[in-house]
Amino acid sequence: MLLIVVVLTFLLLESASGDAVDAYLLSIGGGDATVAQSLRQAYGLDQSMLARLWLYFSSLATFDLGWSVAFGRPVLDLILERLPNTLLLMGSATAISFGFGSALGIIAGAKPESIRDRVLSTASLILYAIPSFWLGLVLSIVFAVQLRWLPTSGIETIASGKAGIARAADIARHLILPVGALALIYMALFLRVMRSGMAEAWTLDFVLFARSKGLSRSRIVLRHVARNALLPLVTMLGLQSAAMLGGSVVIESIFAIPGFGRLAQEAVSGRDAPLLMGIIVVSAVLVVCVNLVIDLVYAALDPRVGASEPNS
Amino acid sequence: MRLLRDLLRTPEGAIGLGILAALALVALFAPVLSPGDPLRIAGRALLPPFTDPAFPLGTDRLGRDVLAGILHGTRTSLAVGLAAALAAIAIGLCVGLTAGFAGGLIDEGLMRVVDAFQIVPSFLLALAFVSVIGASVPVVVLAIALGAWADPARLTRAQVLSIRERDYVASARVIGMHPAEIAFREILPNALPPVLALSAIIVAAAILTEAALSFLGLGDPNVVTWGSMIAEGRNILRSSPSLSIFPGIALVITVIGVYLFSEGLTKAFAGRRLEP
Repeated sequence: MLLIVVVLTFLLLESASGDAVDAYLLSIGGGDATVAQSLRQAYGLDQSMLARLWLYFSSLATFDLGWSVAFGRPVLDLILERLPNTLLLMGSATAISFGFGSALGIIAGAKPESIRDRVLSTASLILYAIPSFWLGLVLSIVFAVQLRWLPTSGIETIASGKAGIARAADIARHLILPVGALALIYMALFLRVMRSGMAEAWTLDFVLFARSKGLSRSRIVLRHVARNALLPLVTMLGLQSAAMLGGSVVIESIFAIPGFGRLAQEAVSGRDAPLLMGIIVVSAVLVVCVNLVIDLVYAALDPRVGASEPNS
Repeated sequence: MRLLRDLLRTPEGAIGLGILAALALVALFAPVLSPGDPLRIAGRALLPPFTDPAFPLGTDRLGRDVLAGILHGTRTSLAVGLAAALAAIAIGLCVGLTAGFAGGLIDEGLMRVVDAFQIVPSFLLALAFVSVIGASVPVVVLAIALGAWADPARLTRAQVLSIRERDYVASARVIGMHPAEIAFREILPNALPPVLALSAIIVAAAILTEAALSFLGLGDPNVVTWGSMIAEGRNILRSSPSLSIFPGIALVITVIGVYLFSEGLTKAFAGRRLEP
């Protein structure tokens, strides 16, 4: 699977007109053909396509993602340097949106078609329609520009000299707006999935059985209906992890967070094919890892899914 | 026609259809509503909104009419969204149909490609694609479709697999129908409804992706889009936030319209199944 990702990305970037050497020469104000030739030789760009694909695979096996032309540093170093910021952003956004989304979904789904349900469903529909980058801008207008409560950009105060808890608090303050922009939208999505899952679970036989047993309503809602509705929600979480990674590109660009997504944007503007390639490969690996964890969680939640069973 | 009546009977469907119809009209008649190039300089720069009746929503940094930009941006957003979704669904249907119907090695191979496209963040893919080939409307459409076809492909395949074993397909095979004829005349029409329900979501996602791409400066520079207007206004966010806010509202209304329409459609389909 990852193999296909690598080959397809390689072909895509191969079809570009002009390579990194062209972009580099343009940025230093031009150069003659011999300079370009020697640069291409140094980066191995003069070899045939298949030879370079083979070279990429063999270096990939030793976790070498190549050399970034625009930054003049190994691609893997750059990615590892930026990845923690993005993981922090995505992780907290996921946790918040999943927590609040499922909680609100339970509130809405506890009584389908009630006024509470209608209000929450409508609000989540509107929220889900908002593009994350615009929400980010509006949030920063309100909270950072007008009210001046929170910083507009960056991941921490530059050269603040803070350490330990003070630094963590500083980073948290910087992350409130970007995480909020990302989390609000996914919260709406999770709310909707949870709600519809619960509305469906209410019609199932075992819920009817629980009701006829005379169990209390809150017990039925939490133990029977919500637990059943949690399964599609967990599946959704896995499916959305790729989209969330993509969404963080835009959010990071708005709030000037030096993360993975910003790196992608810089790779695009610098025509840095090895870097772009490395970013896509690493993000694919990341999504596969997240889905692996999701599968394990799924097995823990649903006793019918055995870890040893082959699942298609 | 009956579907339309069912659709209008649900509140979501009626509102959604209303919004979409209004937007379609705006898109069609944008040149009439605000004649001339929306990218031309029309008046004094940075006119605040609601002050000059000639420019109800004000002007931007270069003195371009914001209302004209929003009206003409409707065209780009709807056209790109619809075209990308159409392309994605067409590719998805073909791949899903082939994989589900052929089975075996072809199925295995095609589904691994689908897997590959599903694990790469589609926005990153679109970003790379546009930056490699260069920004123009057809390239943006293709880039968005490239990241969106995997879901309909998977859904179509699942549908085909369940329909393939039904009795009427078996009887079609018995009377000696050509496999291609079975695929297109017997299986495809029955596999279509759930894929169509998904298509509204794909349209909404495509509109949002287009906006995000042009927000990052990867849209067609010769066409006015809401995303690029928001990006343009972002530079002077502190002094005149309205420049970014108005196109964003237009975007939100459009996407809400699509979602409501899709909810209404799903309900109409469901209601149809209940009353035979």
